[in-house]
Amino acid sequence: MIRLEGLTKKIGTQEILKETDLEIRNGEIFTFIGPSGSGKSTILRLIDLLDWPTTGRILFDGQDTAAPEQVRLAIRRRMGMVFQKPAVLNTTVAKNVAFGLKFRGIPEAEAERKVQDALKLVGLPHFADRKAVTLSGGEMQRVALARAMVTEPEVLLLDEPTANLDPVSSELIENLIIGINKKFRTTMIMATHDMIQGQRLADRIGVIMDSRLVQTGIADEIFYQPKHRDIARLVGIDPVTGGMIVENRGGHAAIRVGDTCFEAMTDLQAGQRAALYIRPEEVTLTMADGMMGTSSVRNRLRGRIKKMVPSGPFVRVSVDCGFALTSLITRRSCAELGLAVGTDVVAGVKATAIHVLPDEGKQPDA
Amino acid sequence: MDDIIQGVLQATDLIVTLNPGVMQIALLSLYISLSATLIAALISIPIGGFIHFHEFYGKRAVIVLIQTLYSVPTVVVGLVIYLLISRSGPLGFLGLLFTPEGMILGQTVLIIPIMTGLVISALSGVDKSISDTLVALGATGFQKTLEIVKEARFAILSAIVLGFGRAIAEVGVAMMIGGNIRGFTRVLTTAITLETGMGEFGFSIALGIILLIIALIVVVTLNIITSGLSSESQKILGGPHG
Repeated sequence: MIRLEGLTKKIGTQEILKETDLEIRNGEIFTFIGPSGSGKSTILRLIDLLDWPTTGRILFDGQDTAAPEQVRLAIRRRMGMVFQKPAVLNTTVAKNVAFGLKFRGIPEAEAERKVQDALKLVGLPHFADRKAVTLSGGEMQRVALARAMVTEPEVLLLDEPTANLDPVSSELIENLIIGINKKFRTTMIMATHDMIQGQRLADRIGVIMDSRLVQTGIADEIFYQPKHRDIARLVGIDPVTGGMIVENRGGHAAIRVGDTCFEAMTDLQAGQRAALYIRPEEVTLTMADGMMGTSSVRNRLRGRIKKMVPSGPFVRVSVDCGFALTSLITRRSCAELGLAVGTDVVAGVKATAIHVLPDEGKQPDA
Repeated sequence: MDDIIQGVLQATDLIVTLNPGVMQIALLSLYISLSATLIAALISIPIGGFIHFHEFYGKRAVIVLIQTLYSVPTVVVGLVIYLLISRSGPLGFLGLLFTPEGMILGQTVLIIPIMTGLVISALSGVDKSISDTLVALGATGFQKTLEIVKEARFAILSAIVLGFGRAIAEVGVAMMIGGNIRGFTRVLTTAITLETGMGEFGFSIALGIILLIIALIVVVTLNIITSGLSSESQKILGGPHG
């Protein structure tokens, strides 16, 4: 559907997008995730043909978009965009939604019907005559979504559509995004710094860090098999570094980290340095003096709780096992187990839950 | 104090009795200043729009120059226009000196800088994200400009009202170019100057009050037109192809 080839963008001497190649497929929800200021909006603006790339090209359905403004306008009119901060014009909701139709010269009667349909789609059918500037942030964003959808775009670009919204409005918008994608098969390209949202909505994810697209893949690949340490950190994994592969039998390896020996799946061979990436929600905790059980968990590590940080309904528990290991457990489990800072626990990790990468050089105590 | 009370009473009397001399002066003032405002608006809005929507070398300097011209004394504008349209001047053949049309020209030149400057400010006041949104919605360059001007309509109205205020209140241009000829180029401000010189304070105050009443009527009318633009009239002006 959309192909980016060697795309870069410079403002003055500052490179705000480094060379990017990417293919976005018809009908998918593709999400760019990355920290604020990493270049996500830049890519969306380039795709929507609002800005010109410095080098490289963008193909829309095979057509090169480096064309005269008239051609670009025609391509731009096949897309819709919702910005992070919804800008509404100082008139009624209906007129705000109708702008795209007005620009395309759609007759008034037909436009009115489409506007009504679009407002129904976003759950605001009775808002047509309201002044747009009096709406709440969530309502404005729904109006912006209706305004973008009313022209039935083939591609919908969403730049941090829920960044300024309360959780209820965010969920509403997310459900609308999924609903629209299912109903109309609209190709969605979204930017978000909210990892969980990216994971929840996207068919595929592109991670952008420091103005560079560093990894592309389905959510599981990004969240469980990050390509390197910075991506791991971004998606919430604190790597265990300084490991050494002791042996590897058909992909089933033993890896020594300090005094501890892990079992994990990897192609790295004996003698190679390794870093272990373990998602905190994959780490279970039991009391050190409790029953060890007979579960399939191959790695059991004794340690002492160093820090507990509440995170919504969960608690991030940092366990010192000779190295730091983080576990994410529910508040309820935490209370039931009677966990506190200083408690001795056993941390359990399945061999299959460990993503092993070559160690990028730093020692564990570095 | 007596003069002021006298002036108020006299103003009431002149208005109620529709004093022909005063009405003629008031209508001429209105005609000249409204014409100047209209012409200046037709020039200032496109120029202001051009400066706002285009990036060019020296843009900042142009804006500073325009803002500096806000302070140009009316007599200086009067003098320059006088030299241009006097019989020996380059535009002398137009025969505009000591005519209402010459005064319109002078007032137009006088208020163009302030109107242009305020139109630029008005357009700059429209959030950049509105412009992006309009382009993303598929607006052509012209459609985008039109919508942004509409969005800035209240601030642009202020620019027009201020321009009108400066035009109807000024003396320098009216005096130097019009010459204060009774029944032909005498307007409210020049009449006030003359009557005050003759010690007719009450009459001067009466003319001042009439000037303010005219200003009030014009401002209210412009406001009604603008708020109408945002509701009813837009249906007529801004249909699907608007």
